[in-house]
Amino acid sequence: MAGSAQRIQLMEICGTHTVSLFRSGVKSLLPSAVRLISGPGCPVCVTSAGYLDAACALARRDDVVVCTYGDMVRVPGRSGSLELARGHGADVQVVYSARDAVKTARERPDRSVVFLAVGFETTAPATAAAALEADRAGLENFFLLPGHKRVIPAIEALLADGEVPIDGFLCPGHVSVIIGAGAYEPIAAERAKPCVVAGFEPVNMLEGIAALARQVAAGEARVENVYGVAVTDEGNPVARRMIDEVFEPAPAVWRAMGTIPASGLELRPPYRRYDARERFGIELGDDYEPPGCLCGQVIQGKVAPAACPLFGSQCTPISPVGPCMVSSEGTCAAWYKYGRTGERP
Amino acid sequence: MCLGVPGKILEIAGEPADAAPGPIAAVDFQGSRVEVSLAMTPEAAVGDWVLVHAGFAITRLDEDEARETWEYLDAGGLGDMPDELRTGEKAGGVG
Repeated sequence: MAGSAQRIQLMEICGTHTVSLFRSGVKSLLPSAVRLISGPGCPVCVTSAGYLDAACALARRDDVVVCTYGDMVRVPGRSGSLELARGHGADVQVVYSARDAVKTARERPDRSVVFLAVGFETTAPATAAAALEADRAGLENFFLLPGHKRVIPAIEALLADGEVPIDGFLCPGHVSVIIGAGAYEPIAAERAKPCVVAGFEPVNMLEGIAALARQVAAGEARVENVYGVAVTDEGNPVARRMIDEVFEPAPAVWRAMGTIPASGLELRPPYRRYDARERFGIELGDDYEPPGCLCGQVIQGKVAPAACPLFGSQCTPISPVGPCMVSSEGTCAAWYKYGRTGERP
Repeated sequence: MCLGVPGKILEIAGEPADAAPGPIAAVDFQGSRVEVSLAMTPEAAVGDWVLVHAGFAITRLDEDEARETWEYLDAGGLGDMPDELRTGEKAGGVG
């Protein structure tokens, strides 16, 4: 990093990067000239409060089993979390794979199974595969609550907002396995921001950060890929075809960021019958923040966790107020768990 | 949530299981045998290493790289790995 006197601010947009940077100590090794902030890279953290409330409402129905990835269960909504609902008798099943939700639908024909389809492009193809499987099997009791998000529109929205200066992006490794490194070309070409795809191992993340710093110092804005062992320029076309078969881009509400065009995935007409909102006649509630919660600011990189008045006092991993402290990939949880020394003022 | 874990394909089911939109494989995660969908990597063969996310192989990996990644994860690089990949609770072959 020698030779550059300017201070640069980079953003990572992947929950796995957030955790790995802290856990490995890479974050604390960065020179003061390089500031790396966390963006909206944790799928649970960017899920709107209205989505969570709809999920809890479905869980409380006697005729529903809600299947979800583990991180969602402890996020507090207006009437509590899914875990709380479970404590009161709701049927909430944590699954490792979307396929498990289809399996549950087969095994529980007496129930409607609703899968919480949350996650970025890494996870969307799995949900698509689940819908395809349900379709082929002729299942009538499998549903999903669409909540997948797309990363590129979020990057565009952050840059359009402009409140947080960002000199370059450390791009998510496994999202990029699916969408390809080439997907970031518009950001580099039209927004003049370097984008470097990196994996989650410490040396690889450092390589990615170094590549970004070199580009910024040289005034360049290119897409680079230091995770070539897993990521190609074109990504995984089979996975993308599955996404395109089942889903189409649509506006989506990101927690505290409002509606971002084309940033979500809704079911295409041939698969609309799997939409839990249509089946149960519900809408997602409004987005809101619990009083005092600054998760919405944290996920946009506008506020560091330690600057939130609730951090470490009213909001801790044992009694979280917002999703950034609940999720294993949340920025606040990472700050709390791995010490607050990783970030320089 | 974006965690991808490398594993080695031991077996691929001869016929598609149920209505799965792709081949189903038994993948070895250093001793744990887990069922994984190859819907996104239909070209993967027995003996290949794949990167697995939420029960699906998302890409193939070179063996040396895969082993390095596994060692990092196994040493607690990102905290606890999903239980399913440790105990092989989803195992049972693909027959």
